[in-house]
Amino acid sequence: MSNGSPSNSSIRTALKRVRGLGASGSHATSDFWWQRVTAVGMLLLTVPVIIIVMMLLGRNQAGAGQILGTPVIALIMLLFVVASSWHMKIGMQVVIEDYIHGEKVKLVAILANNFFALAVALASAYAIFKLSSGV
Amino acid sequence: MAMSIVHRVTGLALYFGTVLLAWWLMAVASGPGAYAIFSGFIGSWIGRLIVFGYTWALMHHLLSGIRHFVWDLGYGFGPSEREGLTWAALIGGIVLTILLWVLAYAFGGGR
Repeated sequence: MSNGSPSNSSIRTALKRVRGLGASGSHATSDFWWQRVTAVGMLLLTVPVIIIVMMLLGRNQAGAGQILGTPVIALIMLLFVVASSWHMKIGMQVVIEDYIHGEKVKLVAILANNFFALAVALASAYAIFKLSSGV
Repeated sequence: MAMSIVHRVTGLALYFGTVLLAWWLMAVASGPGAYAIFSGFIGSWIGRLIVFGYTWALMHHLLSGIRHFVWDLGYGFGPSEREGLTWAALIGGIVLTILLWVLAYAFGGGR
């Protein structure tokens, strides 16, 4: 096998057997990239988001809703929610792939991770949109 | 070396902590009743403890993440640099957490 000749059990070449098993066969490279893009995004958003949270401390529901519904603040929160849920989805996927080796359990864990991240993102986005529409 | 697992553990904590963020936003969007329930939980000692822990996890993960960016760019691999970055993230995370809570109590009256 080391000389590249086909093994006895298969007529497939060595190249055919390994093709798709590296980073090119998955979304790994794309995940690596977006993990960093979302990280930079959140880094830029950190100070604005902290200021927004500070503004909201101690306010009642009406006051908090009014602030969160302001276009610029809603947009900042929306960007933060999208970046953080995307970032955490990738991070959890890496953790799952590192520690869970049973294929079925891994599949279920990855599905659950996707659903969780999407649910958090959509719930937060829905709330921000609702507050922005002034209902 | 042990610090890379802390980056991962704080990441996991933040992962589940986003439920609080979503709950908070949904509570504000839902109305005074839902917001009162959320505020009641967050205002309790266990709620404050969780948010305090969340603040530290966020600050540490952020600084520790910057450390990873430095490494991504090919710097900071020397033994002393590596140690320095790690301690900066550790101490910086604690300092920023305390600073934010002092500011929170100053501005929000600790409510």
